[in-house]
Amino acid sequence: MLTVPTVTRRNFIVGSAAALGGLSLGFSVPFPGGAQADAIAPEINAWVVVRPDETVVIRIARSEMGQGTLTGLAQLVAEELECDWSKVTTEYPTPGDNIARNRVWGSFSTGGSRGIRESQDYVRRGGATAREMLIAAAADEWQVPASECMVARGVITHGPSGRSTTFGKVATAAAGMTLPAEVTLKDPSTWTIAGKPLPRLDTAEKLTGKQIYGVDMVRPNMLNAAIRACPVFGGRVTGFDAVSGMPGVRKVVQVDDTAVAVVADTWWQAKTALDNLPIEWDDGPNSGVTSETIAAMLAEGLEAEEAFLGNEAGDARAALAGAAQTVTAVYSFPFQNHATMEPMNATAVYTDDRCEVWCPTQNGEASLAAAAEASGLPVERCEIYKLHLGGGFGRRGNFQDYVRQVVSIARQMPGTPIKLIWSREEDMLHGAYHPITQCKLTGGLDPDGNLTALHMRISGQSILAAVRPQAMQGGRDPVVFQGLHAGGDEYALGYSIDNLLIDHAMRNPPIPPGFWRGVNLNQNAIYMECFMDELAHAAGQDPLAFRRKLMANHPKHLAVLEAVAERIGWDSAPPEGVHRGLAQIMGFGSYVAAAAEVSVTDGQLRVHRIVAATDPGHVVNPAQVERQVEGSFVYGLSACLYGECTVNGGRMEQENFDTYNVLRMAEMPAVETIIMPSGGFWGGVGEPTIAVAAPAVLNAIFAATGKRVRRLPLMNHDLRAV
Amino acid sequence: MARLTINGAPRDVEVDPDTPLLWVLREQLGMTGTKYGCGIAQCGSCTVHLDGVATRSCVLPVSAIGPEQQIVTIEGLSPDGSHPVQQAWLALDVPQCGYCQSGMIMAAVGLLQQNGNPTDEDINAEMTNICRCGTYNRVRAAIKLAAGNSKTQAG
Ligand code: FES
Ligand code: FES
Repeated sequence: MLTVPTVTRRNFIVGSAAALGGLSLGFSVPFPGGAQADAIAPEINAWVVVRPDETVVIRIARSEMGQGTLTGLAQLVAEELECDWSKVTTEYPTPGDNIARNRVWGSFSTGGSRGIRESQDYVRRGGATAREMLIAAAADEWQVPASECMVARGVITHGPSGRSTTFGKVATAAAGMTLPAEVTLKDPSTWTIAGKPLPRLDTAEKLTGKQIYGVDMVRPNMLNAAIRACPVFGGRVTGFDAVSGMPGVRKVVQVDDTAVAVVADTWWQAKTALDNLPIEWDDGPNSGVTSETIAAMLAEGLEAEEAFLGNEAGDARAALAGAAQTVTAVYSFPFQNHATMEPMNATAVYTDDRCEVWCPTQNGEASLAAAAEASGLPVERCEIYKLHLGGGFGRRGNFQDYVRQVVSIARQMPGTPIKLIWSREEDMLHGAYHPITQCKLTGGLDPDGNLTALHMRISGQSILAAVRPQAMQGGRDPVVFQGLHAGGDEYALGYSIDNLLIDHAMRNPPIPPGFWRGVNLNQNAIYMECFMDELAHAAGQDPLAFRRKLMANHPKHLAVLEAVAERIGWDSAPPEGVHRGLAQIMGFGSYVAAAAEVSVTDGQLRVHRIVAATDPGHVVNPAQVERQVEGSFVYGLSACLYGECTVNGGRMEQENFDTYNVLRMAEMPAVETIIMPSGGFWGGVGEPTIAVAAPAVLNAIFAATGKRVRRLPLMNHDLRAV
Repeated sequence: MARLTINGAPRDVEVDPDTPLLWVLREQLGMTGTKYGCGIAQCGSCTVHLDGVATRSCVLPVSAIGPEQQIVTIEGLSPDGSHPVQQAWLALDVPQCGYCQSGMIMAAVGLLQQNGNPTDEDINAEMTNICRCGTYNRVRAAIKLAAGNSKTQAG
């Protein structure tokens, strides 16, 4: 469905600067009306190409990794364009084209559940602008005022005369039309393409094996590379045998200081030779690091004097000192690997004056920068061709290690295309792991069981400190506090607590952290929502009623929570042997809640049913939202039940799915999704629900067993009755 | 050299006999629909049929396969995506990233060939493939839809 971009750089250089302005988005997104028709079909503007056969090609800047953004963005453009949806196809412009055209497509970054919400305004304007230009071309041809023309499903009709024409017929003329000064976007209540549960555009080829992922890339005369980096974080290569003598091997090369790659005719030969290749490592300074030393480092932070402030009201310490009853608990959340089903990979060809890379990436521009850096060539001489991702989950955005590596290998074999594929073992050992944290919570209750004070001390890793230090705020990492902020439209805490202190003792072990689907919302929701449950029980109150008292000023948080409680039947008794738990949070701009029904028999957990509610403001494709919610439970419950990467000798101990287990079909609960968009804002849907999966289930487990699991994952705990 | 029968056609491949079928399919024969996910028979991305039985090809050396044994891959399931299981998948729009789906479909077809009307427990027992995007509930629904469809067609 997705074609490799057909528009050449040559066609892109024309007329983009003239159209700058008019939109205040932090950067300008021009819609160059004057671009030349390319070899195949005229470009109406950067977002829309109409072919003579009426095919509408919609350009998609963000990456498709399974989350449905490709279809959703196409729906938004098509909605404003008023084209025939059955004629829509899509293509990715390249990052190089974006730069050559003054970043006409804006950001390529696909993460933080921002793919749709961050670009919805300008892609809709792109569609609307193209529509006006197509109408203008028809009106021009008929010598009638454009205001007398109507458009529906790609057909333009002149009302008074009844004449009609089609997009395909006027496309060439439309490409030469001046840009409308202003366009009005439709009210979402009138949408007929956007907002509808349309099937995805990219399904058919995924059913026949025809869909090409990065790992499937083939270039003429291509060789294949397998790589091993020092398994100890911070270690480096000190020696290796540069001649392998194994079948098919063409070259053995060092990659940076840290890795050795074998290049062979086939990847299987390269991997086999690499497995047999002696490599000497200098393990570096971290070889004594273990999960225990890291846990001790974090535990110290729980009590430390100094901490960065996240959210504060009243005087929590004083109020706790004077509380009728206090409750304290310590939680922890381990490292997790993204474990995308398609391992890291990229294909590159390097010559002295050009470097091209084909890769799965969540951020084509970051890949381009990585290629330029690793090749030593200016950005204009590098190009990235994006391919469908076999999962992303945050691993392939900021972290372009696999792109740098393939370019480094290709540079040592100029002119030969090289495909680098990481083995699953390499992928597990060199992740950008979900950060590790511990959390100590102390709550104070008054004699009536009202929560009067809460201190939440987070101790542990900062992602920004490792990957985006320029985004730190005076040494403080605001991302640590996702879901816990005093307000704002992304991560606001849903409780009003008179005396509140949420702070962070930053403790950074030498393990690379990264943005892992759901990011810090994941553990913050466990900490806050499980502890709320603990407090409710300490107060002898119903967990829903207890929360409700704190949520009067947070109607949207409360609405999703009430919705799941009602649907699960919170006020009535659950079926025999079944127990319930609740959780809610706000993240990535959306309000989410979950209610779980579980049973625990002889220590065996079964999650029977989950009800999830999401208020993302606006919904572009409810069917895709449902899929994201269901998928979020798989991701969140995988982490809750099994997810843990442990450290020994400065390296990860888990190397494959035999020791890093994930949720499978047999454990998958029934999921009921309530989508309740309240309008007025745009929230993301790919991540927030993950965060409520675990706490809803953990609270239900407490209801079933009386056991509080505070140290994740669950597999390390015995749930049998004592 | 090894002689294999793949999707009904004999194929001669020049390859080390230890090479797993997965990599012969992907690299020697250019049939990339069958995916690599783990290499240790854990994830099911590499599932093909060997004499009608769903088999994880990443741990199956070509030397263990006889020339008369029938190998079917996702590419050979139907010429055009018209197999009832593919149709059920299409009807329910099952895939997300899609990477695991070749293996899921091959495992589902294998299951339905043995058991035309699987219960939830049968599905749980046979469908142990990993999907990180989380399509399990739709996979289950599509298997049931396909089972219903095949019954209708047969009846
Ligand atoms: S690649 Fe064969 S089971 Fe995972
Ligand atoms: S659809 Fe992405 S791994 Fe299954």
